[in-house]
Amino acid sequence: MTTDSAAANRTATPAGRCPSRRLSIRWTVPLLLLGFLFVPPSASPEPNTARDLSFVRLTESQYRRAIHDIFGESIRVDDSAVDRGARESGLLAIGARKLTLSATELERSETLAQRIAEQVLHPRRRATLIPCIPNDARMPDDECASQFVTRVGLFLFRRPLNFDEIRSYVSMANAATRTLDDFYAGLHASLVGMLVAPDFLFRFERAEADPDRSGRMRLDAYSRATRLSFFLWDSPPDAELIEAARSGTLLSPAGLNRQVERLLNSLRLENGLRAFFSDMLGFDEFATLTIDSGLYPKFTKNVEDDAREQTLRTIVDQLLHKNRDYRELLVTRETFLTPSLAAIYGVPLARSQEMGGAVPWVPYRFADDDPRAGLLTHVSFLSLHSHPGTSSPTLRGQAVRENFLCQIVPPPPGDVDFSFVQDTNNPDFKTVRQRLSAHRENPTCAGCHNLTDPIGLTLEVFDTAGGYRTTENGALIDPSGEFNGKSYEEITGLVEILRQEPTATSCLINRAFSYGAARTPTTDERVWLEDLAAELRREGLEWRELMRRITRQPDFYTLGTDA
Amino acid sequence: MNKFDKISRRTVLRGVLGGTTGVAVGLPVLECFLNTNGTAYAATGSSLPPCFGTWFWGLGLSPGQWEPTATGTDYVLPDHLASLGPIKEKMNLFSGMQVFLDGKANQNHFSGAQCQATGMVSRNGGDYTTSIDHIIGETIGKGARFRSIEMACDGDSLAGWSARGSNGMNPSEISPLQLYTRIFGDGFIDPSAADFKPDPAVMVRRSVLSAVSDQRKSLMSTVSASDRARLDEYFTSLRDLEQKLAFELEQPAPLPACTVPVEPTDAIGPLLGQVGRTHQQFAQLAAHALACGQTQVFNLTLGTSLSRLRIPGDPSGYHSLTHEEPIDPVLGYQPKCKWVAEQCMAFFAELVQTLDSIKEGDATLLDRTVVFAFTDHGEARMHSMKRYPILTAGSGGGRMKTGLHVAAEGDAASRVGLTLQKAFGVVSGAWGTESNEVSKPFSQVLT
Repeated sequence: MTTDSAAANRTATPAGRCPSRRLSIRWTVPLLLLGFLFVPPSASPEPNTARDLSFVRLTESQYRRAIHDIFGESIRVDDSAVDRGARESGLLAIGARKLTLSATELERSETLAQRIAEQVLHPRRRATLIPCIPNDARMPDDECASQFVTRVGLFLFRRPLNFDEIRSYVSMANAATRTLDDFYAGLHASLVGMLVAPDFLFRFERAEADPDRSGRMRLDAYSRATRLSFFLWDSPPDAELIEAARSGTLLSPAGLNRQVERLLNSLRLENGLRAFFSDMLGFDEFATLTIDSGLYPKFTKNVEDDAREQTLRTIVDQLLHKNRDYRELLVTRETFLTPSLAAIYGVPLARSQEMGGAVPWVPYRFADDDPRAGLLTHVSFLSLHSHPGTSSPTLRGQAVRENFLCQIVPPPPGDVDFSFVQDTNNPDFKTVRQRLSAHRENPTCAGCHNLTDPIGLTLEVFDTAGGYRTTENGALIDPSGEFNGKSYEEITGLVEILRQEPTATSCLINRAFSYGAARTPTTDERVWLEDLAAELRREGLEWRELMRRITRQPDFYTLGTDA
Repeated sequence: MNKFDKISRRTVLRGVLGGTTGVAVGLPVLECFLNTNGTAYAATGSSLPPCFGTWFWGLGLSPGQWEPTATGTDYVLPDHLASLGPIKEKMNLFSGMQVFLDGKANQNHFSGAQCQATGMVSRNGGDYTTSIDHIIGETIGKGARFRSIEMACDGDSLAGWSARGSNGMNPSEISPLQLYTRIFGDGFIDPSAADFKPDPAVMVRRSVLSAVSDQRKSLMSTVSASDRARLDEYFTSLRDLEQKLAFELEQPAPLPACTVPVEPTDAIGPLLGQVGRTHQQFAQLAAHALACGQTQVFNLTLGTSLSRLRIPGDPSGYHSLTHEEPIDPVLGYQPKCKWVAEQCMAFFAELVQTLDSIKEGDATLLDRTVVFAFTDHGEARMHSMKRYPILTAGSGGGRMKTGLHVAAEGDAASRVGLTLQKAFGVVSGAWGTESNEVSKPFSQVLT
């Protein structure tokens, strides 16, 4: 059985905080059950020089997927070992290359590792997850412990363990077995050891001399497999990818292409797509989102979850199921709604049940004369970039500039008094447009607010919670504006201009490469990425094709000068 | 020498890995007891260990409403600070401070607090470095189960200002219940318990971590300099965790003031009432953790610097209010903002009084503690980097005088941080970078 054939067992299963309401593709066959794979211990995975190794901290979702892939879906991972992390150059993925683990996070990791090990070593799972039976369950058994450590270590560390490592973890198991008179308590100890080891909690990337490019370095085969897998699947490499690394075929163009195509044609591609857009759109900030439930009683916790899922589901549908151009996301009227979301959008929703289950997602298309078109008009974007009780044209405009166009909006200067334009009781400043227009007359503020406010003011037809409105404080909202010299009358005009904006294409491509490599591109890579952007603008910016182009590019598998 | 250093961390490991079938306890039972008034260990005569805490609130105070006219001990607290009245004699108030940007962009709600916590202002919000709690903790805080505890009252785990090194800030606990479980749940040993017996399972856990630590040398030699620092921080965290387990294997010294607090219930959120309730519970947990020798360092923040605090029913959050609420032409201040700032000061007073309520002989827990309170802006309405309100409370076991108002004249706010480091015996000539580098502590508050 190969991992691809196991794809047939994949089912749409719940995921996340609200299991019954989410659609996600998961693996159902633990990698430990794939007994065909034998990867011998390596002599040493260590590179020769100090500049040849770097590492990236696993995200919460990557940790979770690794555990589920290796030990099975039934293992509960009911806590997060790491915090959200720090965003750098627009992405948490880049920030992850600069993060370590604080004492608190490592303490959490160890506690979580104990809970996972308890489940993996539970008597009812031993027959499936432990490859052997000890001669005496109260005594050390080198052979059986070694089999367990070798196999588990291969998937946890995403490379074969070397002999010293196997000996170390077997010693760990034996010592604990003696202390606690229990062979399985020994395996428990060694598993905890591997789960808190840097080789698991960080993605180590080892580089070696590139025989095809003189003077250049490339990631070694296992590091290449790991980067590729986490990029496309948000998961560690499966058995077939590890085998391709072991055999060395992954380092050849043909072997790489074969694996890339396999990964691109897997349903698990959805996981990678969701992880990328969650990062690019800053969805981690939902963790601290507050919308005033007194002012917006329809905006419940469920709506918040649904809003995020609506956007991700729309992206998956457009980019993977329908192979649409990325730019369509900025204008599409097609989406999915739940009854509670429909209440926020103010649209009727036919009752339906998806896939015969209890998930109340219904495909929906906003009417052609509806102001809703594209991701910027989704509740997720609008609420995430608002204040708790008021909308914010500045925050929304800033988010469009930074998240979709990769532009930087500088912070406001210090010691500037702008409270005079915030008085809603002033008859001259009833709408936020009036207030911000006065604000922009201040030359100190004008530079940045001219970047953010025109976009944000058009989005003012949507309130804090994302509901549509035409007036503010009794005055009519004017959604017209101008972007890069092009005038428009309302939001649909703005999103169409953004769809045609070359920077939007370059931004996505740059972010995708940076996300996968967990670093900003080098100068040479930027040139290549801009060429790619020009090509895909002409040919169509389909997600699979973008992934294909990036993952076949040798530069993608380097540490880069910025690493 | 701290408790951890007395025993090689390999000692237990050797006991376990040595093949013994029984329980090998390599750690001695401490047999020291407090003196009759509970202020020192009778066996050694040494004082109870000093403690240090930071307390952060966002958005400062109402300008022109909080600075006393007199300095020294004979100052009168303005009405704006009336809630600090009960603790006035056990605190110090610093005014007239500023943070220098040296031409860098003002990362609003970040740069000012960053400078007070680390002595530096970075060019962007992504750079951060070791904070004052770690610097002082390195001197005083190695003898406890937890290196430090971090807490945030508004539900945002990234609200704190504590960091070790430059590779990420320490996340904060946002749930009092989880923190309670972490400190007083499994692994907590009541110092007054008579029948201590080390748990073999904990010994195994520690030995596992010790074995993972052994990978340090081989890995450190293979990474670049910047990654080496990052990896080193990981292994330091690992050592912290080993130390925590080592403490769970020892009979703790009796601490008469140690009691287990009431198990809290969570009501997490940014509404003022929720923040107040969470703060009250965190204050209790921090005080009990100090009294029970679980930590010597804590960091408690009301919330993010771009404060998420909200008055129930008000459409604008506190942060928005500071920018949007008009200054009342008669009163001369922003009424709602002033009111929220006063609630923040009341929370600080509550923390200090909680520490002061734990009696240790003739003194209190507060008396061997110093709490450093700082904020992000002098005047949040204008993102001002001038006229910062800064407070300290407690004398740190006689290390600092209290009851003083120190009025500076535009000095770098980092001078307070330097003063605290001097009080705790941190050896350094200067602290801070560029114009925020300072070398002269406020000697009037040092003993």
